[in-house]
Amino acid sequence: MDDTATANPAGALRELALRDRHAALGARFAPFAGWEMPLQYEGIVAEHTAVRTRAGVFDVSHLGRCWVTGPSAGEQLRSITTYNVLRLAPGAAHYSLYCNDSGGIDDDIFIYRLDPERWLIVHNAANAEADFARVLAAAGDAAREVTEETVMLAVQGPEALAILGRVLSPEMLSLAEHDCRELSWRGGTVLAARTGYTGEDGAECIAEPSLAGALWDELITAGVQPVGLGARDTLRLEAALPLHGHDIDATTDPYEAGLGWVVSLKDGADFTGRDALLRLKDRPLDRKLAHLVAKERAVLRAGYPVLDPESGSTLASLTSGAFGPTVAKGIGMAYLPPERAEPGTPLAVEIRGKHVPVEVVRRPFYKRSS
Amino acid sequence: MEIPTHLRFTSDHEWIRPEGDEGTCGITEFAQDQLGDVVFVELPDVGRTLAKGEAFGVIESVKAVYDLFTPVSGEVLERNESLLDHPEKVNESPYDEGWMIRVRLTKPEELDALLDSTAYQGLLAEA
Repeated sequence: MDDTATANPAGALRELALRDRHAALGARFAPFAGWEMPLQYEGIVAEHTAVRTRAGVFDVSHLGRCWVTGPSAGEQLRSITTYNVLRLAPGAAHYSLYCNDSGGIDDDIFIYRLDPERWLIVHNAANAEADFARVLAAAGDAAREVTEETVMLAVQGPEALAILGRVLSPEMLSLAEHDCRELSWRGGTVLAARTGYTGEDGAECIAEPSLAGALWDELITAGVQPVGLGARDTLRLEAALPLHGHDIDATTDPYEAGLGWVVSLKDGADFTGRDALLRLKDRPLDRKLAHLVAKERAVLRAGYPVLDPESGSTLASLTSGAFGPTVAKGIGMAYLPPERAEPGTPLAVEIRGKHVPVEVVRRPFYKRSS
Repeated sequence: MEIPTHLRFTSDHEWIRPEGDEGTCGITEFAQDQLGDVVFVELPDVGRTLAKGEAFGVIESVKAVYDLFTPVSGEVLERNESLLDHPEKVNESPYDEGWMIRVRLTKPEELDALLDSTAYQGLLAEA
């Protein structure tokens, strides 16, 4: 990246270190969270299908990445996030949340414990600055942001691990789900974790740019499909994975979002939002994040009204929506009154004045077979 | 990009194939490429009368929704029902299997105001 990257005037987009490779593969770019990101290469449906049937590689370097290290790192992290990260053995990783004092979700994150005293956290790009400020406030000098100096590639699909086993390291084949480790490769280090955001098996790999570029090249040569943000969204939606800023945000709490499983209260450790979450945990829900499927061919989209099918009155708005290429149906999410959120409940979604019949289903919309 | 020479075009990247006092309409190769993967097409009922420039339907890509505008005034005689289940035909075959509606022209003189293939090619070259 050139010197102007850090001196960009407000509004100018940040460029991926591997941008030229994406351009050479025919990427169409679009702005996302202040970055110029590949939206698609061959096409969203082809890319989505490649991830479901073979393997795809995404450049997700826009995600915030920071290290927290030292003897107090675990406790410092415990104090800012909902999951009891002190339970993580070295080499393990876990999903977690940052909540605010009202119990709302400020971001969803992933925490990787590489060593007893070395932790990596990955943040959503849209919240990267606020999230790092939170980490800095808790950990001070122990925190170091590495977003600018690293590249992150997600390799996802039924063939992803086998291909990584060949091009990166046979150790990829012994990595258990959600485990993480640092691998030596071509004289450098690649941090690999068996994690992802597609509903497929696979791994996310972090390395400094020239090494990551070499890894990208090997993966493309091995036939892995380059995949952009367009397919990233349809893949995660089919897998019913929430997107912060859409399905979860500072006004939604983990319990109504179905994320109570990453709130650890039993260890008694204090963390931001704990008091509010203790109160919310046992309170009956006013609303619940539900998953909707269109009963006839239609494209559900965020913002479309969800209606009572008889009265036509509005119950909610879709928080996310798409036509899922693998399930071949319109799918979406919305916060519904709990008594309307039971699987099988018939509802309607208004699309350009027409009431399209939908049904509540149990998540996910798509589940991989293995 | 080869532009079929027997068609007429609008600056909105629709085409019409005139056939006597009827015409078949669709969107161009350029349009489908710009849209990306088409996942839904909404077409007007047979019998509906359309005025030139009126929105006759909707085409949805993965990321966005767009209106379809009629190149000429006419009455809808037929619509391509196969696009409901196979909207990808618009991407795969925009001038042939991806056709959208067939109309009876009520003002055939409107054809003269449309772009011929050379003029449409010129429009694309400037884009």
